[in-house]
Amino acid sequence: MLADQDRIFTNIYGWESPSLEAAKKRGDWSRTASLMKKGADDVIEAVKASGLRGRGGAGFPTGLKWSFMPKEVKDRPHYLVVNADESEPGTCKDRDILRHEPHKLVEGCLLAGFAMRANAGYIYIRGEFVNEAIALQKAIDEAYDAGLLGKNAAKSGWDFDLYVHRGAGAYICGEETALLESLEGRKGQPRLKPPFPAGAGLYGCPTTVNNVETIAVVPTILRRGADWFAGLGREGNTGSKLFCISGHVNNPCNVEEEMGIPLKDLIEKHAGGVRGGWDNLLAVIPGGSSTPLMPKHVCDDMLMDFDSLRNAGTGLGTAGIIVMDKSTDIVQAIARISYFYKHESCGQCTPCREGTGWMYRMMDRLVRGDAEIDEIDVLFDVTKQVEGHTICALGDAAAWPIQGLIKHFRPELEQRIAARKAAAVAE
Amino acid sequence: MSINSRIADDQPTSFAFSAENKKVIKSILAKYPKDRKASAVIPLLDLAQRQHDNWIPMKAIELIAETLDMAEIRVLEVATFYTMFNLRPVGKFFIQACGTTPCWLRGSDDVMRCIHDKLGIKSGETSACGQFSMLEVECLGACVNAPMVQINDDYYEDLDYESTATLIDRLASGDIPPAGSVKGRQGSQPEPGPTSLGEIIDLKTAKTKKPSRKTAGKTRQGGA
Repeated sequence: MLADQDRIFTNIYGWESPSLEAAKKRGDWSRTASLMKKGADDVIEAVKASGLRGRGGAGFPTGLKWSFMPKEVKDRPHYLVVNADESEPGTCKDRDILRHEPHKLVEGCLLAGFAMRANAGYIYIRGEFVNEAIALQKAIDEAYDAGLLGKNAAKSGWDFDLYVHRGAGAYICGEETALLESLEGRKGQPRLKPPFPAGAGLYGCPTTVNNVETIAVVPTILRRGADWFAGLGREGNTGSKLFCISGHVNNPCNVEEEMGIPLKDLIEKHAGGVRGGWDNLLAVIPGGSSTPLMPKHVCDDMLMDFDSLRNAGTGLGTAGIIVMDKSTDIVQAIARISYFYKHESCGQCTPCREGTGWMYRMMDRLVRGDAEIDEIDVLFDVTKQVEGHTICALGDAAAWPIQGLIKHFRPELEQRIAARKAAAVAE
Repeated sequence: MSINSRIADDQPTSFAFSAENKKVIKSILAKYPKDRKASAVIPLLDLAQRQHDNWIPMKAIELIAETLDMAEIRVLEVATFYTMFNLRPVGKFFIQACGTTPCWLRGSDDVMRCIHDKLGIKSGETSACGQFSMLEVECLGACVNAPMVQINDDYYEDLDYESTATLIDRLASGDIPPAGSVKGRQGSQPEPGPTSLGEIIDLKTAKTKKPSRKTAGKTRQGGA
């Protein structure tokens, strides 16, 4: 178990005030300017050396992403954009940072902005997080009043302005280019890449979009050293991570743990175990609703990090762990996820717009067993035709949960179809 | 849902921002480059909705288009794309009930059933008394406190059938309960008490402390 002295988010449950004064006592904003003294490239190198990978789902190396920004500001300003549009079902970690640890994020924005030569940053927060947006704005106001933002921020010599921008209810805006569209005042429909945001992002200017947790851990990494962070977890999967454990556990919760912690330990130590005990486990969705589920036998010795889960055919995603015990109607659970993606498809690409609706209707029939056996293969084939054929990953995200269901629970689907046919004959 | 059914038939003949909100608009516009006023479209729609009993009339769409030098259809397009904008009247208490899988696994069907039993409304409807509207929504990002609903600006978490009934009764009587876990759980920590940070927080007090009182049931300017 991660030692308390290695935890980054010491006020994640909000026992203490989120205020600047309390945050400083927890170590935030301590010698911030000295962290920037050796220059922007030094900050990027330290983040690279820490092994930090993006905490928003894709797990792309953060330092490398920052290095894609132009080294000099030319005719166009650079922007940092923070993705606080947390909406992937099963995920509720950024909310805790925004409401209880906002100064970690605000300080991280200054450091990240400095590293990528940005003098301005926008934090795009989902519209429903009204109270979280108020808490964040309060932290930003405090930082301005204390000279930690604005001209010569934190006496670093770097000018940095930070703004909160609230969304208004659209899952798709968590996709980075849809977020930029939304921030520019349009429908949140993803852009074709290239150009990538580092070349032409917000207002056509060089931009990097990072997840809240990614940015919020940067000050602690720089303060305690890249080696400290890299010493947690294992190679390629370093550091600590906020995990969200929801569903059929005795005590659902968020908790910060070391990357690579066994799933079983995580659930039993922090979430009070699976309802009815570990043997009552049916399946786990490990990284938010888009990641394919794992049946119990895969969960038994699964390590929670990017590479372990990828090797098992699923992913760490956002580390939003959805636990389902044996009472679960697994087909309905996945059908409800299909409904989610149908609802949230932005409608831009035909395979996703039409495919998510088609897949949901098929899933809805499978819940009742109202299908032919070979339609399972047709459904699988359709998921493969949607996957990879859309501008953004929403199509993939809609396809993967169904693929996981068919891979691991095909006998359940067949049994339902057979049972319905038998009932029809009996009548 | 078709666009027609989303927009109210009965529309007011005028809309103007209040003097106070005109000042707020200035501070919103100051966040974005001068030639990028359209960035303020979502904040201004939100402001109009808050000023106008939680729904946006077409006259406000026209005014926002004019204010931001946008075509009206571009503003309407944004207003219809995002789920939080109401283009027809809703009740004083706008209940958004999450039904996505993490909430469903923890009993969101019971929460929906309770809302239907108590108020006689399904998703998209307003109660006969006009006080309550309900919409089934997708994941609101509070999955470890499931099932949950959002009522106006506030999250109510860790619900079941009975606590949802109590919540509705209290709102109807004008007694707005504090936001957060209805079980008094602090944030997202495990219900019996934290399993980490023991060296940093006092675990004994951590078990019993109640969440801080927050205002609920009224709309306000959020973080803009």
